[in-house]
Amino acid sequence: MRFSIYRYNPDVDDKPYMQEMVLEDVRNEMMLLDALLALKQQDESLSFRRSCQEGVCGSDAMNINGRNGLACITPLDSLSEPVKLRPMPGLPVIRDLIVDMSQFYQQYRNVKPYLIVHDPVPEVEHKQSPAQRDQLDGLYECILCGCCSTACPSFWWNPDKFLGPAALLQAWRFLADSRDQAEGQRLQELEGPYRLFRCHTIMNCVDVCPKGLNPTKAIGKIKHLMLKRSI
Amino acid sequence: MTITRRKFDALIIGAGGGGLRAALQLARADAKVAVVSKVFPTRSHTVAAQGGVNAALANVSPDNWHFHMFDTIKGSDYLGDQDAIEYMCRAAPKVVYELDHFGVPFSRRDDGNIYQRAFGGQSQDYGGEQAARTCAAADRTGHAILHALYQQNINARTHFFDEFFAIDLIKDKEGYILGAMALEIETGEPILIEAKTTLIATGGAGQLFRTCTNALINTGDGMAMALRAGVPLQDMEFFQFHPTGIAGKGILITEGVRGEGGYLVNADGERFMERYAPRAKDLASRDIVSRAIAIEVREGRGCGPDKDHVFLKLDHIGADIIKKRLPGIRDSAITFAHVDPIESPIPVYPTAHYTMGGIPTNHKGQVVVPEREGPEDPVPGLYAAGECACVSVHGANRLGGNSLLDILVFGRAAANHIIGYLQEHRYHRQMDDDGIDMAMARLARWEQQGEGESVPELRAEFRKVMEDHCGVFREQNNLAIGLEKVTALRQRLQNARIQDQSKIFNTARIEALELENLMDIGIATVASALARTESRGAHSRVDFTERDDTNWLKHSLYFEDGRLDYKPVRLKPMTVAPFPLKPRVY
Repeated sequence: MRFSIYRYNPDVDDKPYMQEMVLEDVRNEMMLLDALLALKQQDESLSFRRSCQEGVCGSDAMNINGRNGLACITPLDSLSEPVKLRPMPGLPVIRDLIVDMSQFYQQYRNVKPYLIVHDPVPEVEHKQSPAQRDQLDGLYECILCGCCSTACPSFWWNPDKFLGPAALLQAWRFLADSRDQAEGQRLQELEGPYRLFRCHTIMNCVDVCPKGLNPTKAIGKIKHLMLKRSI
Repeated sequence: MTITRRKFDALIIGAGGGGLRAALQLARADAKVAVVSKVFPTRSHTVAAQGGVNAALANVSPDNWHFHMFDTIKGSDYLGDQDAIEYMCRAAPKVVYELDHFGVPFSRRDDGNIYQRAFGGQSQDYGGEQAARTCAAADRTGHAILHALYQQNINARTHFFDEFFAIDLIKDKEGYILGAMALEIETGEPILIEAKTTLIATGGAGQLFRTCTNALINTGDGMAMALRAGVPLQDMEFFQFHPTGIAGKGILITEGVRGEGGYLVNADGERFMERYAPRAKDLASRDIVSRAIAIEVREGRGCGPDKDHVFLKLDHIGADIIKKRLPGIRDSAITFAHVDPIESPIPVYPTAHYTMGGIPTNHKGQVVVPEREGPEDPVPGLYAAGECACVSVHGANRLGGNSLLDILVFGRAAANHIIGYLQEHRYHRQMDDDGIDMAMARLARWEQQGEGESVPELRAEFRKVMEDHCGVFREQNNLAIGLEKVTALRQRLQNARIQDQSKIFNTARIEALELENLMDIGIATVASALARTESRGAHSRVDFTERDDTNWLKHSLYFEDGRLDYKPVRLKPMTVAPFPLKPRVY
């Protein structure tokens, strides 16, 4: 099977290039990550992040034939040849398929992605009804892989000012949590022309999310809540 | 060469649940705490835990910590230390309530309380009816816990060194641990982190085996670091094989499937666990279920064209429960086994899962060694928690749902002890340059150029040897040959070379350093297994099929030089009467 892989090592390369590689021994049911690990045996300098191999840790997000996804849950037989692999777009490249995700993490931290409770905590668990808990489904499962934000044109243009779909999904995850007591503060911090409102519902985020989550819908719910509170 | 130096009160190596729980406790106590992790924290392997965390909340079935304690001791095949187990089971409800306060999105019952499901080895009334003790966030409990802990650490302003690989501990002549040398992966530069206390929380070593549920990062780095610093490794022969990995792939399918009513069948469609564990059936403890599956396959009752697996059937529990309680494993089954469990059973086979052994600690998280005055003296400044540690609460076999509990209880306990230690040790001890030589030599070794053996090839060969010689069933000759082979492979690793000498994000170099760690752990595992001539828990010897309490009711200690020593099991709990030894039937 033929691959065309983005290579760039600032230690030795003047500029990035695409390297053609061939994997002879393609086994049935291989995932793209299996292929990458085998290609790394041919050329140990090929660099990428990886860990869990089952789509829960979010390490091996990359641009696969023009579309962001996780290598470990992308079946090889679903891909057309040559398989073009690039780092996720819009972030600085450290080396080969490894990008610098600092900006992405910074925007995540900016939404205060933690439960805020002002009341004294109960000596047991907070009560939360199954219906209240259902509000968190489709939100808490985010693995911070970065596929969505790096597929978002608004994030490409303003990665320092627009929070991006991943961070906004988490902003809604805490707004939607019946235990959280910082609704006013959270909404206030999302005001302004950029942080939330640069989302133009292009919906690339929904299209690429490997966990099937829907940041656009979450962003819509934040806007709706803002509207509700302002009237 | 000048090396960057940073100083902290507390250094934590590893950013899984154990490390992050400890970091949170320390940051909230105003200690200056640094967390070093070779991956971004939420990529740590805690994220992959599925089924849940055990605590006797009694939300679903009548329960109390005494029942939990009994089950854990029985599950451990009586090798667990009863004082540590009491400590853990008593602390369990508190640490789970704390998780709710941290924001963990637990599944809920109609009354608004945390949902609990049945898991293996759980009983009411000391071996009676099945209990439901495992607190769950659907089947993504580890993910939910790890993310919530990371989030709270953001709030607490813990200092993170993300993508830094710890090379070695720094130890002075009096035996104090003064921090660690690490490598910044992005730049390839070493950094010396000085700390008054160091907590190892680096997780397990599932990558020892060719087929495993573990992430590629689970290479036992912290255990190997401790071994090199003169600390023995305890009970390394006890390695858990999870009964239900997707056949041929090793992808984990949670015990929660059986907790929700799923069960195993062989090629004849027989629910075979009824023969092996008439009462608990599919919810017997993991070692027993894994052996049963292996026996079914060996005796020709396996499923599939090669008769090499069994089926995990859950279509009868209904689409609603599967979608609600088991969405993650449904995705995994569709992605990796091409079956939708709502309609068809999942092909499964036992797969390497959990390192019961590790760095010996007491229930305060202090690393203890037998070498000083008494049988167990703390190594000053050194702590360990979680899968890399051996408290021992899991003994010869861990119960499902007790690993998330272990990391929370002992991450927290270690942090609390560290807080006290910091009050008595106000200043950093003087560090001389000798302490860092070993770490620098480890790095320099991989700068040797020229032809040599390949790291990935040695790794593949090593993991195959471990699987063939130290798997579910073990035997004297096979283990002895295995020990020779892994020792020879470790020798050959000395002659391996990496061609990539770049400094920038050099993953080939990291993998070489990881394989050194992994092989040291492998040798400890096989050597300990060879010596133990009995069957107990996960350690199953075909040539010594019975538990031998007369000779083997003791913990193994493996030292770096290959020496084995033993120490007694702590049979006396903290406040309650001891649970007497009994035959183990489910």
